[in-house]
Amino acid sequence: MEGMAETRGTDTVVEVRDLRKSYGAFTALDGVSFDIARGETFALLGPNGAGKSTTIEILEGYRARSGGEARVLGVDPQHGGVEWKARLGIVLQNTGETGNVTVREQLAHFAGMYANPRGVDEVIRMVGLERQEKTLIRRLSGGQRRRVDVALGVIGRPELLFLDEPTTGFDPEARRSFWELIRLLKSEGTSILLTTHYLDEAAQLSDRAGVIAGGRLIDIGRIDEIGGAEARVPIVRWTDADGIPREQRTARPGEFVARLLADGPEPGGLEIVRPSLEDVYLTLVAQHSTTTSLETEPVR
Amino acid sequence: MTAETTTATTSATTAPRVSANDPGRVIRLGISRIRYEVRAYFRQGDGVFFVFLFPLVMLTIFSVAFSKATFGRFPNGDAVTAADFYLPAMLGAGLLLSGLQNMSIDIAGEKSDGTLKRLGGSPLPVVSYFIGKIGQVIVTGILQAALLIAFAGLVFGVALPTDGAKWATFAWVFLLGVTTSAVLGIGLSAIPRSGKSATAVIIPITLVLQFISGVYIGFSQLPTWLQNVASVFPLKWMAQGMRSVFLPDAFKTAEVGGSWDLGSIALVCGIWFVVGLVVCRLTFRWIRKDG
Repeated sequence: MEGMAETRGTDTVVEVRDLRKSYGAFTALDGVSFDIARGETFALLGPNGAGKSTTIEILEGYRARSGGEARVLGVDPQHGGVEWKARLGIVLQNTGETGNVTVREQLAHFAGMYANPRGVDEVIRMVGLERQEKTLIRRLSGGQRRRVDVALGVIGRPELLFLDEPTTGFDPEARRSFWELIRLLKSEGTSILLTTHYLDEAAQLSDRAGVIAGGRLIDIGRIDEIGGAEARVPIVRWTDADGIPREQRTARPGEFVARLLADGPEPGGLEIVRPSLEDVYLTLVAQHSTTTSLETEPVR
Repeated sequence: MTAETTTATTSATTAPRVSANDPGRVIRLGISRIRYEVRAYFRQGDGVFFVFLFPLVMLTIFSVAFSKATFGRFPNGDAVTAADFYLPAMLGAGLLLSGLQNMSIDIAGEKSDGTLKRLGGSPLPVVSYFIGKIGQVIVTGILQAALLIAFAGLVFGVALPTDGAKWATFAWVFLLGVTTSAVLGIGLSAIPRSGKSATAVIIPITLVLQFISGVYIGFSQLPTWLQNVASVFPLKWMAQGMRSVFLPDAFKTAEVGGSWDLGSIALVCGIWFVVGLVVCRLTFRWIRKDG
């Protein structure tokens, strides 16, 4: 652990080394390592069942790890007490409380648990529930309940905020205002660990991302560098004279299209695409599943 | 970005911190939990009926069904009616329902619907949570007993004790009974595997206890071996304490040993309370770590 502290110093809020978790014979996490610097927003991406939630729940203190090391705000999450929890904000993936209290009552109650909470009015405004503040939580829609979850996550002015698929059930407008909220928290210096299935969301909000598949971290890097330079080479797509869809990756798409035009008639459905984070991600995950199936092939 | 990060770092280190070992905070949050819990309790329709109003409904049924029967005489010669006879029994049942049944089903539900998971990730001390639960039981239990006694007095003309000492007995039997019952409920909440099965697991336990503890059937009518079994559990003693308050003193001859035996009531309930509290504190988990 001393070595870890030296590498990133005190500005690291999350340090994970060779994290492992197994349930009986099933290995959910198979040696995951990453750091999150103070003030950074880090996205953990991956398909369902890849180990994202397992990782985040180990860091939140909900699950015990089977191996490896973890430090969250300098504390082993397995032994985090009330003082430690007061410095975290947690937005869980699933919540389903009976909700026999109003939005305002719920927020005021939780605010009382922190030393320096945000104002209840401020938080209600931040998540856009002004008109529902006196409504019982059980009467809210799924998306509105999710906003209450987010509100409870931020009310204690956390140093580190965990967001496990926070915008599930949001309409596009609500998602945009959620992004604004996260940008505000970032500007205040909050560190954030985010998991999401919306790659545009990860691209909009995070500084760095890690891609997890089959319990392993298959790539990690700055959001505009993940997947490597190769994965970001533009793609030219068109339909050829025989009506067959074609595509070509090229670093010089203008030149390629010019040549295409010189060689024949106007190609149908011509487009030049810069791979989005989503494209890069899908390629990464597809490559991973190909290599794993190749690895297991000879055994059979 | 760098400048902002630096300011945030400094403000984070100088910001007030929550202290784990601050008894003032534990109690303040406990009281806040009581308010929160009581409010939520009365907003759930079904729980209010099956726990809060149930003894009242049963008292009404017994009083009406046995309106022709007499159960003995008061010293002034008045007949002991079914309402007189069943009021202490239903107060005893109320202690069990508001405490044990309410708590065990409530917490089992909180376990499966994610309430405990959220609280487990918040800086709420476990002791504050317990204070909130026990407080909720005491508050709703007092309201339930007050409603039951007022209803019995006004509607069924039950003669209420005028002796201050009787009410003092009522107060301590009630408080000890209801807190013991609450603590045992917290402990029992670990048994149901899900919130949905909680009712099916807990209600048979409370129902059997009520039948063998002299709530629905007179305790003296039970065979001795069953009386001995029931005497291990606290409900028999709570009901006996309630009878000592509301029934004529001569009725104590019908009790085992021919007396109200208040000392044993305090002892048995006290042991269950202390053991229950220790077990709850040692075994309670917000969530199972490897669920």
